[in-house]
Amino acid sequence: MYENMVRVRKFETKAADCFTKGMLAGNIHLCIGQEATAVGASQALEAQDFITSTHRGHGHCICKGLRTDMAMAELFGKATGYCGGKGGSMHIADVSLGILGANGIVGAGIPIATGSALTSKIKGTSEVTLCFFGDSASNNGTFHESINMAAAWSLPVIFLCENNRYGVSVPIDSVTNTDTIAVRAKAYNIPGKTVDGNDVLAVYEAVKEAVAHARAGMGPSIVECMTYRHMGHYCGDPASYRPASYLEEAKQNDAIERFRKYLLSSNVSEEEITAVDEAMSAEIEAAFEFAQNSPYPDPSTVADDVYSFDNERSVAR
Amino acid sequence: MSRQSVSQAIREGMREEMRRDDNVIMIGEDLGVMGNPFAITLGFLEEFGPNRVIETPIAESSFTGMAVGAAMRGMRPVVELMYNDFISVALDPVMNQAAKMRYMTGGQVTIPMVLRAPMGAGRRNAGQHSQCLEALFTHIPGLKVVCPSSAADAKALIKSSIRDDDPVIFLEHKLLYAMKDEVPDEEIVIPLGQAAVKREGKDITILTWSRQVFFALEAAEELAKIGIEAEVIDLRTLVPLDWDTIKASVCKTNNVMVVEEGVKRGGIGAELSAQIVEELFDELDAPVARVAGMNVVSPFSPPLEDAVFPHVEDIVAGVKKTLNYVG
Repeated sequence: MYENMVRVRKFETKAADCFTKGMLAGNIHLCIGQEATAVGASQALEAQDFITSTHRGHGHCICKGLRTDMAMAELFGKATGYCGGKGGSMHIADVSLGILGANGIVGAGIPIATGSALTSKIKGTSEVTLCFFGDSASNNGTFHESINMAAAWSLPVIFLCENNRYGVSVPIDSVTNTDTIAVRAKAYNIPGKTVDGNDVLAVYEAVKEAVAHARAGMGPSIVECMTYRHMGHYCGDPASYRPASYLEEAKQNDAIERFRKYLLSSNVSEEEITAVDEAMSAEIEAAFEFAQNSPYPDPSTVADDVYSFDNERSVAR
Repeated sequence: MSRQSVSQAIREGMREEMRRDDNVIMIGEDLGVMGNPFAITLGFLEEFGPNRVIETPIAESSFTGMAVGAAMRGMRPVVELMYNDFISVALDPVMNQAAKMRYMTGGQVTIPMVLRAPMGAGRRNAGQHSQCLEALFTHIPGLKVVCPSSAADAKALIKSSIRDDDPVIFLEHKLLYAMKDEVPDEEIVIPLGQAAVKREGKDITILTWSRQVFFALEAAEELAKIGIEAEVIDLRTLVPLDWDTIKASVCKTNNVMVVEEGVKRGGIGAELSAQIVEELFDELDAPVARVAGMNVVSPFSPPLEDAVFPHVEDIVAGVKKTLNYVG
């Protein structure tokens, strides 16, 4: 788990560096500070299980099995990326790994995850679907609609809320009247739990319990992970709308630092930890080299993978 | 051959596909005991069970989104919106998810889902239950759009829509449900993108679909009495479009009219007119004519509603004007 936390942190840090240097097009949303939720939750899943992710989804997808080189190539819009450069940061996916896609629409992954869980129920198969979403998505209609149906039909899905306390610039407590998101589970008569999202072991234990519940046919749960978004909403957003105390608190609670201390106190040596850090630095550097040296997609492939029968006639002449 | 209504034909087509392929499931409101408001899915719950006939709460956005998730997992969901007007609360899963998923994943998945929805004016259902929204769907890359008029076509096209690997919007005119015609007993599947020449003629091509096909045919009979022979083409599918049939007819008649029930502004007629002018300008003897719905909200009151969508006499008058007919 430590390795994956460092892998995600270094991936995001490198992506931010590339973005700042103008090497990445579009925009990216970084999950620095939230690594423990992605890592702890994924650790509780099996290879056969599915996830849906969000606009802040690099960490979720890497923890579910994306290779960092092909993921970085997708961020670069290169042909060697997971989606051949057609998806980019916000739509990265590898369905064969159970990743049903990041998503650029807040709240849109919730019904997709629920539909995946419905499929497992119809087919009578044992995989579960874990749905990552943010605190702000919980105020979208799809949250209520989907969780209501998942609860009514006991679908094998885990609704994992990453509560980083901000929806772009708006503090969640200014637009929500409950202290937690998980308390809403009561309304659907399903389990709901709020955990310290920067404690990777706490996340793992809570999700493991919810996965067991779902796999046993007992239906969905809400697991809310309280965490911090170190960066702005998107890379380049200075996040001046937040008080300085937010970032101080976030850094004091940094999930990787905390887990490192825990490991050191559990007879893991400094050398072993440093070796992991160095291996991850090397992996991400290689991922960057791979992405940078990969070719862009051929413009002639622009109309592939979409129904486009009449494009020959629709191009401007 | 047997005489069937459009609603029976859609029911039979879906039933055959559900028997053929266990991955075909139905998702929507009131599909169970009620068999939906138009009795299309009557008997499905008994035959296929609640695992495959999924009666949902009134939550269009999420049950449509769930169909996308199920399709990504290999199911072939047929989603029903009670009226096509309700797409307003379920557009994200259609426009941003279903239509784009295959492309955005670089071809990793297809979304073999069908969204069925009744549409159309004439039932005094007022502003939020009477629209024809096919133009809205044709504007979204990644979707196919099917609008059958006859029972035989409805059965064949619902089957090919379910078998299609891309998301298909299947629009059923409410006032066609009770219309009956002969449906072959043997299995029929019409490929998407094949128009039907419903009546041959040499003087003008009328391009239309769904309920307006019948209005156009009636108008053609009227016109024949004064010596004008109109060729009536039922496009059947708007995406893909059967350009070859359109082109052949326009090259023969040199005059074109598009007849559509939906509002004129930004409509299918605007698109067809532009394509014909771009590619077949030299074939035309007159500007492409459009007879379409007025750019107003669907009114409730019967005389008001009848005033907003095209009728036989509007088509007859439009053809006479296009052909400079004096008589």
